[in-house]
Amino acid sequence: MTQVNSGIPSAASNGLCSCHVCRLVSRRSRFSRREHCPRCGATLHFRKPRSIERCWALVIASYILYIPANLLVMMETGSLINYRKDTIVSGVVHLWKTGSWMIAVIVFIASVAIPVLKLFSLTFLLISVQRRSTWRPRQRTRLFRLLEAVGRWSMLDIYVVTLLAALVQLGSLAVVKAGPAAVAFGAVVILTMFATMQFDPRLIWDPLQKEEIHD
Amino acid sequence: MADRPAQLIACHECDLLQRDIPLNPGCTASCRRCGAVLYRNATDSINRTLAYTLAAGILFVVANSFPIFSIEVSGDRSAITLFGAVRALWEQGVRTISVMVFITAILVPCLELFSLTALLLPLKLGLVPPKYTLFMRTLQFIEPWGMVEVFMLGVLVSLVKLTNNFRVIPGFALYSFGLLTLLIAAAAASFSARDIWNRLDEMMRQEGA
Repeated sequence: MTQVNSGIPSAASNGLCSCHVCRLVSRRSRFSRREHCPRCGATLHFRKPRSIERCWALVIASYILYIPANLLVMMETGSLINYRKDTIVSGVVHLWKTGSWMIAVIVFIASVAIPVLKLFSLTFLLISVQRRSTWRPRQRTRLFRLLEAVGRWSMLDIYVVTLLAALVQLGSLAVVKAGPAAVAFGAVVILTMFATMQFDPRLIWDPLQKEEIHD
Repeated sequence: MADRPAQLIACHECDLLQRDIPLNPGCTASCRRCGAVLYRNATDSINRTLAYTLAAGILFVVANSFPIFSIEVSGDRSAITLFGAVRALWEQGVRTISVMVFITAILVPCLELFSLTALLLPLKLGLVPPKYTLFMRTLQFIEPWGMVEVFMLGVLVSLVKLTNNFRVIPGFALYSFGLLTLLIAAAAASFSARDIWNRLDEMMRQEGA
């Protein structure tokens, strides 16, 4: 790979814009309102519009929903022998105690570790970008890449609840019900995925070349 | 419309402007500043992705038509298909979850396989695919939401949870889902949007000339 202009290396500062659909680089005026990609017709943006504001809104909403997701009941299990109401964490603990420690670890990572790390990491990225920090941009970009990759795995518990609740409906013998936390937790997963999609990692690099680029 | 300097590529993660150079087969170009993958020279991308996609399409139908597994309690037997689970949850009034599962485990994979076929099959036959921008945009838009592999792990976790209290009988769709997960991953690995755009550019140029 050869760098084109080592002085001002970013596409945007050269008046060039990369299409978010087909990646074609085309010249675009920095002042014109709306321009479209000559190849695929998608609207061109130098940066994702209102990236920081939208991402903050979604992150804050996720923090709020994260509280009921953890305090309320995720799954109710009833049979002739026992009756349990499990939150996410008590479900993991129960799995661990009944000897399925491998599954307990998998569920813990997907339902507890990933959402928490995602929210904290997004908050950290947002604050660092807003302060126009130049600290370790490569590592921060890598963190963002990681968030994109692992986000979906938090849906694990939702699938488990769905399968169990649909399957175990054997009248008086046994019953499994999805609790209200499932909805809150599902919302957290989806909102954090949208938040990650709204975040523009190119904003991490703009302060390095003393640039402020919008839209 | 904006004009178009040739052979330039901007990193989608840090916006560094770089030159687009030909790669050896199987090689990957990454951004020299942030390390993001810019593009790959996937071997025979269009043919391979089409093959994986068609195979995955067949398995997708199979995986959704048969029970994933069933449980047995004192003679009572209860089997489950993926769509059956979605419907059961809807009927139990947990509609948000039901819709979420429907979109991520059924609708998105289905759209993904359909869009890939609609793009790759005409290209393979030497035709310009109708509405190709629509399908390219669809693919890009739904990419993060397809969760067949997460669903597969969910199935395994459910199996372990159930074996504590019930006799569990694995169904035909269980194996189909396992294979489907692998095929979708293979299709994603061999897919190259860049190759498709290059092929389309070439076809447009020939039509223009």
